[in-house]
Amino acid sequence: MASESSHSVYYVPEQTKFPFFASIGLFFMVFGLGSVLNDISASESATGSTWIALAGFTLLSFIIFQWFATVIRENHAGLNNEQLKRSYVWGMLWFIFSEVMFFAAFFGALFYVRNLSVPWLGGEGEKGVAGEFLWPEFQAAWPLINNPDSSIFTNPHEALNVHEWSLSFFAGYLPFWNTVILITSSVTLHYAHHALKHENRKRLIQWMFVTVGLGIIFLGLQALEYVEAYGHYGLTLDSGIYGSTFFLLTGFHGFHVTLGTFILIVMLLRCLKGHFKPDDHFGFEAAAWYWHFVDVVWVMLFFFVYLL
Amino acid sequence: MSTSSAALDHSHDDHHHGPAKGFSRWLFTTNHKDIGSMYLWFSFAMFLLGGTFALVIRAELFQPGLQFVEPNFFNQMTTMHGLVMVFGAVMPAFVGLANWMIPLMIGAPDMALPRMNNWSFWILPFAFALMVSTLFMEGGGPNFGWTFYAPLSTTYAPSSVTYFIFAVHIMGASSIMGAINVIATILNMRAPGMTLMKMPLFVWTWLITAYLLIAVMPVLAGVVTMMLFDIHFGTSFFNAAGGGDPVLFQHLFWFFGHPEVYIMILPAFGVVSAIIPTFARKRLFGYDSMVYATASIAFLSFIVWAHHMFTVGMPLAGQLFFMYATMLIAVPTGVKVFNWVATMFRGAMTFETPMLFAIAFVVLFTIGGFTGVMLAMTPVDFQYHDTYFVVAHFHYVLVPGAVFSLMAAAYYWLPKWTGYMYDENLGKLHFWMSFVGVNLLFFPQHFLGLAGMPRRIPDYALQFANFNWISSVGAFLFGFSQLILLVVVIKCIRGGKKATDQVWEGAEGLEWTVPSPAPYHTFETPPDPSLIKDQ
Repeated sequence: MASESSHSVYYVPEQTKFPFFASIGLFFMVFGLGSVLNDISASESATGSTWIALAGFTLLSFIIFQWFATVIRENHAGLNNEQLKRSYVWGMLWFIFSEVMFFAAFFGALFYVRNLSVPWLGGEGEKGVAGEFLWPEFQAAWPLINNPDSSIFTNPHEALNVHEWSLSFFAGYLPFWNTVILITSSVTLHYAHHALKHENRKRLIQWMFVTVGLGIIFLGLQALEYVEAYGHYGLTLDSGIYGSTFFLLTGFHGFHVTLGTFILIVMLLRCLKGHFKPDDHFGFEAAAWYWHFVDVVWVMLFFFVYLL
Repeated sequence: MSTSSAALDHSHDDHHHGPAKGFSRWLFTTNHKDIGSMYLWFSFAMFLLGGTFALVIRAELFQPGLQFVEPNFFNQMTTMHGLVMVFGAVMPAFVGLANWMIPLMIGAPDMALPRMNNWSFWILPFAFALMVSTLFMEGGGPNFGWTFYAPLSTTYAPSSVTYFIFAVHIMGASSIMGAINVIATILNMRAPGMTLMKMPLFVWTWLITAYLLIAVMPVLAGVVTMMLFDIHFGTSFFNAAGGGDPVLFQHLFWFFGHPEVYIMILPAFGVVSAIIPTFARKRLFGYDSMVYATASIAFLSFIVWAHHMFTVGMPLAGQLFFMYATMLIAVPTGVKVFNWVATMFRGAMTFETPMLFAIAFVVLFTIGGFTGVMLAMTPVDFQYHDTYFVVAHFHYVLVPGAVFSLMAAAYYWLPKWTGYMYDENLGKLHFWMSFVGVNLLFFPQHFLGLAGMPRRIPDYALQFANFNWISSVGAFLFGFSQLILLVVVIKCIRGGKKATDQVWEGAEGLEWTVPSPAPYHTFETPPDPSLIKDQ
């Protein structure tokens, strides 16, 4: 049967030591991390816990590195048939979808506090009664500068969102330039992919360098913005709900950009080593999908956290 | 048709590799059957552990007053019982069934991503070690209920909550990887000729369940992350003093929590849809409508979450929307129940243990469904909220619902897994003790709730005493009956009457075309398309 040939060679590895030891690493990482946080909250020394967390993280990273290396070796050895490659494609697609839902929870929280709970706290609508009893002075606003109880949650001095719609404002507005940088990096990554598909390795490597560079610049600017927020705007994690949502959304996005940049660096190194063929480069494609996803999240962030 | 010999030829082609020797077989395996077995054993262990916690609760509630435990420890028991049963017993048990049966049912050589499959499993023992160890920590374990509402789980939580959060994180990662594996397997690994609408309903229900998992487990990860930030980094997501809202926690939690309920029941629908046709010796009535009903339930599960929180205060429009959307779920669920009844109608029925559990499922799950419709009515829910009526409701859908379907599945496929028939007499004994026990245990709780007894309390007013002792007697009867299952399974592994390939006279589907016990590797070459029947 014609269809049988494509099915009959699905590669099922016999045994693997990776997952079990990765679980051990993961366990010590989160156990250590939890202990670090608890130690700090209890004002105790966190040195021991930090070492546990680091040991777990090191083991986990080492295993994941080996795991990916094995998968790449298997592909080079020709063990992966078309069907197996489709499994990887489905896996990556649905992984990205799970990431989308992770951010959806945070965006949902933002919409809820902005449009419902903060106005209710300010006395609006039938649910406003509680607000009147709790903090009658409280005025609903977004961005929220004056917290209901500023003795517990110190008010920020100023918000970081767009408050003036003029060219001169945007010219000096860091998040705007970060948006430009990240969108550009998606385009340059697309060019790199295009070069890969047309067997132009020199161009591929050039565009990959540019993309990684843009990712690093974005992260640098983002760090600068955090320094500004903490230093000049008094906007911190504990400065009320505006700071909470701001740092949660931009922070987890920044974490994903860090991860994405790291993945792209790995892809760049693989390009330099001569990996990937014009018709067989799903590792590269998966990294590109991830980067585009991170880009789309930023565009959403720019709209809902900064612009509107 | 000699279905079994055709499959034998295929599975005998490639018998160069059996299981590895020694304990490392289980640590390092990539085999879907090994991993499925580990999931099933793990979930059974968690079932006994969570059951022990439940018996502590029922012992304390046997009579009014404080007898055995401190209120704080009682709260840790209700919390841990819920968490262990939901995340440790029911969910992994269904993943175990998925691992064992989906490749066999669709004619695939294994799961699509075998190494990741092993990782999904091995995270779980570590996650639960972390979670259960909190009971022994200073300040005690989580005591805020399995729904861990803020601010109980943030401002007022014991410090062990940090470990609880990380345990939820890693078991969520395990679930997401498991779900991705299921989707890739079903979409990519079906044998030629196995079209979507020829897949057994168990495969369909798992496909839809996997989508639910991928959609909501990240939201759970998100909400526990926000808790972590509120506890350790001073954010105010769930603190109104900083402009946040504790109710936000409930919205996010139940956006995860309601689909979670269906994650635990959709595969159960699949199991029952496999068993009833076999023992009624008729095709499943309304296969297509079963598929569409499952998909409808999954869709609706995303837009009904706030029916868990009618009493927290919500605009009227919100209350009406969530009430009607919730009631709408009764329609596709009704389709399913009627289809099962119609499948049995004028069938040549026999009542082996799997069938007994399946029929009990249909009847008792439906009772749980009816109380669900009662709870869906907003004004009525104001009365029932947080009472034992709610406890009775969700235990009816989860214990004689999800858990009975798991029992049914275990008896149904045990001969295929072990190669021997289980002890039918012991099986029937297990069923009847469970059936009587579970109804004694949970039915009186309806009356307690209607009379106003609140849930999650270690002590209660005198007028609730009678129904409580009945319930506690039922609990111990039900709990200890589960040891019979352990005996049955061990006996069945060690020997007994040889099982045929088809095992059950009326059984249809690819899993019954391979030998019993199923060889270590099956369908390394796809089965003959003529073996794949229309549904």
